[in-house]
Amino acid sequence: MEQTQYTPANYKNSQSVRWCPGCGDHAILNSLHKAMAAIGVPPHMTAVISGIGCSSRLPYYMNTYGFHTIHGRAAAIATGFKVARPDMTVWQISGDGDGLAIGGNHFIHAVRRNVDINMILFNNKIYGLTKGQYSPTSDRGFVSKSSPYGTTEDPFIPAELVFGARGNFFARSIDVELQISQEVLTAAARHKGTSVVEVLQNCVIFNNGIHNHITDKEHRPERTIHLVHGEKMLFGKDKEMGLVRDGFLLKAVKLGENGWTIDDVLVHDAHTPTNFLHQQLAMMDGHELPLALGVIRDVDSPVYNEEIEAQVAEVRSRKNFGSLRDMVLAGETWTVE
Amino acid sequence: MLDNANVKTLDKVVVRFSGDSGDGMQLAGNIFTNVSAGLGNKVSTFPDYPAEVRAPQGSLSGVSGFQVSVGVDVHTPGDLCDVLIAMNPAALKQNIKFLKPGGVVIVDIDSFKEADLKKALFETLDPFKELDIKAQVVEVPVTSMTKAALADSGLDNKSVLKCRNIFALGLVCWLFDRPLEGALRMLKGKFAKKPAIYEANAKVIEAGYNYGNNIHASVSTYRIETEEAVPGVYTDINGNTATAWGFIAASEKSGRPLFLGSYPITPATDILQELAKRKDLGVKACQMEDEIAGVCSAIGASFAGDLAVTSTSGPGLALKSEGIGLAVIAELPLVIVDVQRGGPSTGLPTKTEQTDLMQALYGRNGESPLAVVAASTPTDCFTMAFEAARIAMEHMTPVILLTDAFIGNGSSAWRIPEASELPEIHPPLLSPNTIDEAWQPYSRKGDDMVRYWAIPGTEGAAHRVGGLEKDYNTGAISTDPINHEKMVMARREKIARIANDIPSLEVLDPKGADTILVGWGGTYGHLRTAATELNAAGRPIAFAHFNYINPLPANTAEVLGRYKRVIVAELNTGMFADYLQAKIPSLHIERINKIQGQPFLVREIVDGVNKIMEDK
Repeated sequence: MEQTQYTPANYKNSQSVRWCPGCGDHAILNSLHKAMAAIGVPPHMTAVISGIGCSSRLPYYMNTYGFHTIHGRAAAIATGFKVARPDMTVWQISGDGDGLAIGGNHFIHAVRRNVDINMILFNNKIYGLTKGQYSPTSDRGFVSKSSPYGTTEDPFIPAELVFGARGNFFARSIDVELQISQEVLTAAARHKGTSVVEVLQNCVIFNNGIHNHITDKEHRPERTIHLVHGEKMLFGKDKEMGLVRDGFLLKAVKLGENGWTIDDVLVHDAHTPTNFLHQQLAMMDGHELPLALGVIRDVDSPVYNEEIEAQVAEVRSRKNFGSLRDMVLAGETWTVE
Repeated sequence: MLDNANVKTLDKVVVRFSGDSGDGMQLAGNIFTNVSAGLGNKVSTFPDYPAEVRAPQGSLSGVSGFQVSVGVDVHTPGDLCDVLIAMNPAALKQNIKFLKPGGVVIVDIDSFKEADLKKALFETLDPFKELDIKAQVVEVPVTSMTKAALADSGLDNKSVLKCRNIFALGLVCWLFDRPLEGALRMLKGKFAKKPAIYEANAKVIEAGYNYGNNIHASVSTYRIETEEAVPGVYTDINGNTATAWGFIAASEKSGRPLFLGSYPITPATDILQELAKRKDLGVKACQMEDEIAGVCSAIGASFAGDLAVTSTSGPGLALKSEGIGLAVIAELPLVIVDVQRGGPSTGLPTKTEQTDLMQALYGRNGESPLAVVAASTPTDCFTMAFEAARIAMEHMTPVILLTDAFIGNGSSAWRIPEASELPEIHPPLLSPNTIDEAWQPYSRKGDDMVRYWAIPGTEGAAHRVGGLEKDYNTGAISTDPINHEKMVMARREKIARIANDIPSLEVLDPKGADTILVGWGGTYGHLRTAATELNAAGRPIAFAHFNYINPLPANTAEVLGRYKRVIVAELNTGMFADYLQAKIPSLHIERINKIQGQPFLVREIVDGVNKIMEDK
């Protein structure tokens, strides 16, 4: 990472962090501090806005402007903030319940508008702060305090929702993958428009091990793939596996077997406007195909807050009213002497 | 031109335009209003829209009305009209009840064919007899005269028929001796991009005017008194536009950029639409995905340092309550406009009521006091929007501004103020040069107990706020029981002290009154007119009207305490009466209430007061 005049310590404050020992949030917080230092936007030009939930406590642990708001509404509040202050860098922190259940509507509309905010979606597939109810990302059949016989509903897959809302930046990491987290958070901040970073996070108390089939050290190399723009889609302990096209779908192959060579392996293009392949990559779940980490999609598109600024400037250049009174006087009036 | 005619001179006249919702009655009414205001009359209007977007043509549910009162000492659009224009049988049937005894009805007789009568559910072919109309009916062939006037225009039939309203307007202009220049100027502005349509309307309005001149022997015309107005430049303004402009003025005065987060809702949508147009003044108006996002985006903009506003009506206010509570605890400036309509639930979306008062005062979880103000007339919407924004910023609190469908849609002449005539607004900004070592996010300044507004981007002032209770001194999260009570009382006291920063309650008091008539918000015109009429009729009664609801003006208890009896008249079941009684238990309060989705009639208040005073 390049050096800026800031260190991670500049973004931390003196509040003692109150998450449970062993919670994945600690690692994400550290990654965020590092990413912010790497980006180099001064703390006083940074705002962190969250909803309600364990992860939404995060702004209290930042030395930036921070707003811990109400359940589900962080995206709407962040939108208003960014429109008012396009000169500031805005981060939005939500969990799977906050962002995708009660805040689902604001989530999809923020993504659709492409307002320039960086959303971090802490996905632990559980409601932790209310002590263990299933969330909109819990798998069908998941047993929790509010689903004692298992859920009878399918979960959202956050990436699918982002693409459904025509999102232009989607990245994924795991709480314990500090390097990848820092990399994707930095990329998210550099992207103009709504960036969604899903971080698979472990709730050590209420849903411990929910991501284990992907995150345990033994299986992580073959059950995840770290995608990097411009690089071959390789994974496995010795990068011996690759992703290739199989008709309209993707297939994982072992190089050297059945005649597959490095030339057959796809090169990741995060910047291609068509999201067809990005969707397929994002939907890989670590079973048949490895779960994709890294920046999956990063495409430029008109940015809501910039478009507003441009429209204001354009209209003002045409009409040029100095004040409300000028504007009213230019309309239908009469004078009483 | 009026030499031979029978001319009546009147202090004020009331005209009601009515027709199908596609007939352009609002436009005709608006032009008549503007022309009259330009001639020095005072004006007050009441558009009465149908609830349906496009009801079947000619049907009873599709009738649209526009009532305007012009003259001197005009405070209301009038209870009943002197002249009713009915463009079809449905309009006649729906509106005849608004005609004064001795009034005149003008109908487009071409639209009274058998099929038209059927659509309006008449049972006979003589609608006038069926409705038992005793008034003078002037049967004008509006449709055929319009067609004749435009025979050579080359316009298609549909476009020709769209000019019928302007023929009727021409006739009304003749009736009230309004020269056509002003109307022509407005039509030219309206159809600036369609010169052919302007030409057609110009031809038709003259045809209507001339038609009047030719039949003048059969109908009286009117001369309306004018009033000395304060010199200045005037425009016609409706309440919703005035509200939008009030915020712009407050933004200019305070130097804080204006942000609106909103969602379309009847009858408040005009505020969103007007502010969306005002990108030409740098306004950022965002149409959000729902009411909640409307208020929340505004809260985000407020935290970011903008003058932030959200506009809505009752159901939207309900959705915004949690967000407003956040602004209460975060102590951020925010203005919520509620253009009240009939409730509960979807209720009567296009009709007026004052039934959101309790929701505004108390409709949030926890102890969450905020300021509540109300506008009393269309032009007062400007003043009170400005005031709401001033109080919000100077006292770092959400403020709910209550207007209603009646004053929001109604219009009157407004003298455009110079910026220097408006009060100064000084938000308590934390200055980057003078950040005190001891400053904390909830440090309170001075006697008003207001916290500082530390605008993001200010170096050295980065801080965190939020919906969790905070420590009184440090601003850190606190669950300490004593601290919570201290913070609750501080937020409450902060709002109470706004009373030191608002005007005193004024009273219109004829000598010898032992009773005072009291109202709040959009009923001002009717109540004031009723008080004037009662006093003129020899029944002394004082009158006071509230624009500041929470806190009440500091002299409220003292003023109302002078009277043996307080009569509170309002368009609900007695919310303000209950509130006053709770605040000032010693008052003897009587009530006049109406919950019909319609404004008061002056007559109803006069009768109500008489009844109370005779019974007791």
